[in-house]
Amino acid sequence: MTDLTNLTLADARDGLAKGDYTSVELTEAHIKSMEAHRNLNAFITETPEKAIEMAKASDAKRAKGEAGKMEGLPIAIKDLFCTEGVQTTAASHILEGFKPQYESTVTANLFNNGAVMLGKANLDEFAMGSSNTSSYYGNVINPWKGKDGKDLVPGGSSGGSAAAVAAHLALAATGTDTGGSIRQPASYCGIVGLKPTYGRCSRWGVVAFASSLDQAGPMTKTVRDAAIMLGAMAGHDAKDSTSAPMAVPDFEAALTGDIRGMKIGIPKEYRVDGMPEEINKLWDNGIAMLRDAGAEVVDVTLPHTKYALGTYYIVAPAEASSNLARYDGLRYGQRVMDEGDSLDDMYMKSRAAGFGKEVQRRIMIGTYVLSAGYYDAYYNKALKVRRRIYEDFATAFGTVDTILAPTAPSAAFAIGDNEDDPVKMYLNDVFTVPASLAGLPGLSVPTGLSADGLPLGLQLIGKPFDEETVLRVGGVLESAANFTATPFGQEG
Amino acid sequence: MSSLDKETVRKIAHLSRINVSEEGLVELAGDLTRILDFVEELQEVDVEGYAPLTSVADLTLPLRKDEVTDGNIQQKVLANAPMTDNGCFVVPKVIE
Repeated sequence: MTDLTNLTLADARDGLAKGDYTSVELTEAHIKSMEAHRNLNAFITETPEKAIEMAKASDAKRAKGEAGKMEGLPIAIKDLFCTEGVQTTAASHILEGFKPQYESTVTANLFNNGAVMLGKANLDEFAMGSSNTSSYYGNVINPWKGKDGKDLVPGGSSGGSAAAVAAHLALAATGTDTGGSIRQPASYCGIVGLKPTYGRCSRWGVVAFASSLDQAGPMTKTVRDAAIMLGAMAGHDAKDSTSAPMAVPDFEAALTGDIRGMKIGIPKEYRVDGMPEEINKLWDNGIAMLRDAGAEVVDVTLPHTKYALGTYYIVAPAEASSNLARYDGLRYGQRVMDEGDSLDDMYMKSRAAGFGKEVQRRIMIGTYVLSAGYYDAYYNKALKVRRRIYEDFATAFGTVDTILAPTAPSAAFAIGDNEDDPVKMYLNDVFTVPASLAGLPGLSVPTGLSADGLPLGLQLIGKPFDEETVLRVGGVLESAANFTATPFGQEG
Repeated sequence: MSSLDKETVRKIAHLSRINVSEEGLVELAGDLTRILDFVEELQEVDVEGYAPLTSVADLTLPLRKDEVTDGNIQQKVLANAPMTDNGCFVVPKVIE
């Protein structure tokens, strides 16, 4: 039998339906792979017993003729989703040992659709980072290696999810994206990552970072897999007041392969100074592929692109400082307290011991920009610039159907690089942050390799709630690029 | 307006309720100043007449009936608390 971990989600779904193998067999193969690749540190918590139990239940369900959209398919869950009775840490010391008493809406939707959970994937602490080096539970290692053989970052914050899918430890994984945390690690690990429109997936039960930006989405081997998985995650949820009361389309049906006559926008502002030549070339190749497929390529302008990162690094920390106020050492999480301490002493000691460096920095920047005297100059100003960025996209989408741009300004870098200055790390998000600020869907598709043999992705940005167009064009890009490289060389 | 001194960082750390050592304050002053320098470029954007965008969700926040929808889950609420007593969270003494 072929190695079941090499299957795509779609293949595995069809193989299960045909009875070629059972969910238990599929799940066992992935548990073995997960155990064999512990060096990647992709998981904070492995849940093999739960996985087998879920797989057995799924096989029984299928025998009765009831199969959901993800029936029997083993996946990884980013450890930012609350999972009932299973430790949920957000990669932070402050939540070590926290066992949610409820299930997040997205994981509940996936499980109701038959998905099997292999474990909780590693991430940057509270999803704050672009390298997965801020996790309290250790760095995640990218399964890909450059020519010098150094350990590389998988990207972040959904680094464990990306590494798990790229190394075939899971058929797919959930991620969350606040400023690029699905798309950038997908690009660094050579997989597909889709950040849906803000409001498409419920945020209920997802540990909050920046509530006006956070959005859950699928991380998969193929565009088709992303379409299947998004359909099983999405949907209106009364428990999230920003969840959109809209029907979930059949995303897979959007993959017609026909983009003739569609208009693809190319934003000139994304050709930033100092962009590596190989990224420019990757982008040009992508443009040629879409043109060859019959699409019309149109230049568009997004004049405020340059200000997106600055806007993001005010808005996101401001929301984080408010969201993370809940970690008070009282109701859940770590408490640090000495005899005779006041309530304030306890808050201050618990939060100092529980939060890592980057999280502390962001809470403090957020607190500062929201404080009396600075609110207007920083926070309110950033919100006004955010509107200009939002309107830039709205104007561009008056003439084009989707926008094509690079996902990240580089390939994966070595662990330890960009750590000396927080701002250097932030620059990794330069191409992903604008769509996040505007709440738009963004899909990263691997389309080429760097000179060093590392994967590089291109990103399609769509109109609000038009994931279908993004997926359709992404499918065409995927076929044309024919990206077959794997971290295992030719064998995969 | 963007260079932060140690005393300002001490104040922010207190507002954030995070204990920071003296050396930590100096390091944070450097880091936070670099971040503020970076975001300084927003000042050059003309936003005259543009309203702040707090959410991209194009909807009116829904209202529901004002009625109890859950309850009787005291054990669940307390399950992850570091310290409880008689069905209550335990906090340090806050009154003399």
